[in-house]
Amino acid sequence: METQFQTMMKEKSKEAIRMTGAEALVRSLLMEGTEIIFGYPGGAIMPVYDALYSFQNDVHHVLVRHEQGAVHAAQGYARVTGKVGVAIVTSGPGATNAVTGIADAMIDSTPLVVISGQVGSLLLGTDAFQETDVVGITQPVTKWNIQVKKAEDIPGAIARAFYIARSGRPGPVLIDITKDAQFANLDFAYEPIKYIRSYKPVPVVDTQQIEAAAQLINLSKKPLALVGQGVILGGAEKELTEFLEKTGIPAAWTLLGLSALPTDHPLNVGMLGMHGNYGPNIKTNEADLIIAIGMRFDDRVTGNLSTYATNAKVIHLEIDDAEINKNVHADVPVLGNVKDSLPMLTEKVTANTHDEWLEQFRACYRIEYDRIINKELYPIKTGLTMGEVIHRISSAFKDDAIMVTDVGQHQMMASRYFRFRQTRSVVTSGGLGTMGFGLPAAMGAKLGAPERPVCLFVGDGGFQMTIQELGTIFQTKIPVKIVLLNNNFLGMVRQWQELFFDSRYSFTELINPDFQTIAKGYFIESQKVTTREEIDDAIIKMVNHNGPYLLEVVVEKEGNVFPMVPSGASVSDIRLE
Amino acid sequence: MKEEFTLSIFSENHVGLLNQITNVFTRRNLNIESLTTSESAIAGIHKFTIVVFSTREEIEKVAKQIEKKIDVIKAFVLTADEIIHQEIALYKVPTKALLDGNQIEGLVRQYGARILEVTPEYTVIEKTGHKAETQELFEKMDKYGVVQFTRSGRIAITKSKAELLDNYLRKMELDRQNVN
Ligand SMILES: Cc1ncc(C[n+]2csc(CCOP(=O)(O)OP(=O)(O)O)c2C)c(N)n1
Repeated sequence: METQFQTMMKEKSKEAIRMTGAEALVRSLLMEGTEIIFGYPGGAIMPVYDALYSFQNDVHHVLVRHEQGAVHAAQGYARVTGKVGVAIVTSGPGATNAVTGIADAMIDSTPLVVISGQVGSLLLGTDAFQETDVVGITQPVTKWNIQVKKAEDIPGAIARAFYIARSGRPGPVLIDITKDAQFANLDFAYEPIKYIRSYKPVPVVDTQQIEAAAQLINLSKKPLALVGQGVILGGAEKELTEFLEKTGIPAAWTLLGLSALPTDHPLNVGMLGMHGNYGPNIKTNEADLIIAIGMRFDDRVTGNLSTYATNAKVIHLEIDDAEINKNVHADVPVLGNVKDSLPMLTEKVTANTHDEWLEQFRACYRIEYDRIINKELYPIKTGLTMGEVIHRISSAFKDDAIMVTDVGQHQMMASRYFRFRQTRSVVTSGGLGTMGFGLPAAMGAKLGAPERPVCLFVGDGGFQMTIQELGTIFQTKIPVKIVLLNNNFLGMVRQWQELFFDSRYSFTELINPDFQTIAKGYFIESQKVTTREEIDDAIIKMVNHNGPYLLEVVVEKEGNVFPMVPSGASVSDIRLE
Repeated sequence: MKEEFTLSIFSENHVGLLNQITNVFTRRNLNIESLTTSESAIAGIHKFTIVVFSTREEIEKVAKQIEKKIDVIKAFVLTADEIIHQEIALYKVPTKALLDGNQIEGLVRQYGARILEVTPEYTVIEKTGHKAETQELFEKMDKYGVVQFTRSGRIAITKSKAELLDNYLRKMELDRQNVN
C-alpha cells in the first residue's frame, strides 16, 4: 500500500530537487514507506533531526530512552507488520548502544534499516570525539552495511538498504552517514532498487527437488513437519495449512515459528526444543521423515546433533543456501521461498492421513499434561505459577493478543501456554536471547499493530535492563500491557543452578525495587498481585484499562520450566522433572 | 579428513570486503594459510584466492557463508588437482656470497630461478613455484647466507576449459533482464 507521501511524490514531476543530504535521507525513508522511526539524537546526527522537524506530519518519530530500545522497538514493529523497522542513532556511544539490537535482528532475520550519524569525513580515522568504527563493529551482525560520505550517495544507499533488508532472508542493514554528507546539498531524485548483481535473494525452486520431496512424503509412515519463522517471513501460513491438511502431517514449531499455525489446529502438536513439548521432541527420533519448513535447526531445537532425527530422512525447505547442511544433513534440500515451494509440494503429494501417528502425539501430550501442564496451570500449592497467570491472561484476551516476551523462564512459559489464533502474534528474542528486549519490542509491536492488544511478559531481571523505556511508553502514550512475573530471581539461571550446579545460587537472587513506585513515577497505572484470589480481577482490570498498564504478579520463587532437554543432550532424553 | 583447499572468491570491489570474508574463517577458528587479492580479469570484479586446511564438509559451509555476503558474487571451492597454482619468492643474498663460489649460481640454474638485480652489496633472486620448491631453495641457499626471504600468497587458475565466473555472470545478466 502506498503512503500519502509516496503518492504525493509520484504526482510531482520526476525532476530532481536541490536539498541537503539530511532532508534527502528523510525523503528517501518516506519514499520507502516509512511511517515510524525510533531514534535518539546526538551531535553527529543533528542535521537529520533538524530535517525531521519539518516532516512531523509525514512520519512519526518516537523518542526512546536508550538506543538499544530504539532498535528493539523497530524489531517489534517489523515483526508484527512484516515491514522494515527504522532506527536512527548518533555516532559513537549511540551506535554502540544499538549493536545488541542489531545482532538480535540479525540472528532472528528481522528487517531493519539503522541509520547512524558519523563524524565529519575529514575527521574519520583520527579518534575524533564520538568516533567509532561502526561499520567495522557491525559488519558481522548486519546483513549489509555501508558508510556514506557524500550527500549525493544517500538516496542510493537508502534504496539499497531497504531492498537488502526486506528481500530474501530479511535482516538488519546499517548506514553510517558522515555529518558533512548530511549538511551538503544534492539534487534529489529517488529510484528504488530491485536488483543487485552479486545478490540472489530468492532462489528459484527446483522442480526436481519438489518431485524428490513429494516422493519421500508419499512413502513416509511417520512424517513430522517442523515449522519455522520462514513461514511467517514468507507470508506462507495459508500455504502451510494447505500442505499439512492435504498430507495429514503433524506439525511442530520452533520458538520463532509460533503463531504461524493456530494453537488449536488439529495438526499442531506443539513446540520443539529445550523447553518444548514432550511429543515433538521425543517423536523426532521416531519419525521416518522430517520436513523442515523455513527453520534452521538451531541447537536449542536439535540438542545433540549426533543423536538427532536418527531414523529420519530430511527434507529442508529453506530460502538461505547457507542453512542447508549447516547443522543437519538434508537428503532433499528445496531452496526457495516456502511461499513458492509449499504449494508446488502440495500439488505433488497424495492426500493422506496419519491418524495413528498423530494419536501417538496425543498420547505424549496426555503424559505431559498429567506430569507437568496440569500442575502448572491448575496448581494446588499456595504460590502462583507463571503458567497459570499466562494461561488466564491468554483467555482474558480471547487467545488473540500479540504476545511479546523478554528472555528467561517466563519466555518459555509464555511460549508454552499463551494461545494464538492469528499469525505474526509473537515477538520474542530467539537466537540471541537478549534480556531487555521485551519492553521496547512491545512498544514497537503496539505501534505496528495499534488495533490489536499487545501483552508483554517480562521477568524482574530483564525488566530492569531496559526499564527506562517506561518513559517512552508514558511520553508517547503507548497502551501496552506489561505483565511482570516477579520471582525475585534471575529465574532461568537459578533453574540451571538448581539442576546442574547443585543448587549453588551464585548471584542470581535479586533484591528488587518497588516496581509499583517506579510505575507511579512514570505515571503508568499499575497493580501488584500476590495471591490466586486476586489474579482474575487484576487481569480484567488490566485488559479493560485504556492505556499502558503494569501488572506485577509475584510468583513462586523457585518454579521450574519443564519439560527440558538439558543442553547437549539428545531430544529423546527430554526430562519431565 | 582435513585437506588443502583453494577458494576462489569473486566480489564487487568494495571497502571492507576482505574483512567480511576473513571473518567467516575467524568465526570458525580456521587458519588462513595464504591469501592474495587483486582485480580479476573482469574489470570491476575483485578476486580473492585463499588457501586453507579444512574438511570438505566444513569448507562447503564456509563457501556458502562467504557467498551469502551481499557483495560477494561467487565462491568456488577447488582442490589441488583442479588448479594450476604458483607462488613467488624473493631471496636477497650478499653479492659477495655469489662471487665466492659457484654454489649459488648452480642453485639458481638447478631451480629455474632468476637473478633480478645485482648491486655491489646484494643480489636479489626470484623463483616462482609451489611452496615446497621455494622453501627448498631457501634452505639450500641459506647455507650461503640469505639476508632476506619473502614469499607471496598463492595465485591459481582452474584446469577446466571454461572460466567458471564467466558462465555465472552470464546467468546473472539473464536473471537481471528477467527482473526488469
Ligand atoms: C543480556 C543478557 N544477559 C544475561 C543473560 C542470561 N540469562 C538468561 S535468562 C536469565 C535470567 C532472567 O531472569 P528474569 O528476567 O528475572 O526472568 P525469569 O527467568 O525469572 O523469568 C539470564 C540472566 C541473557 N539472556 N541476556
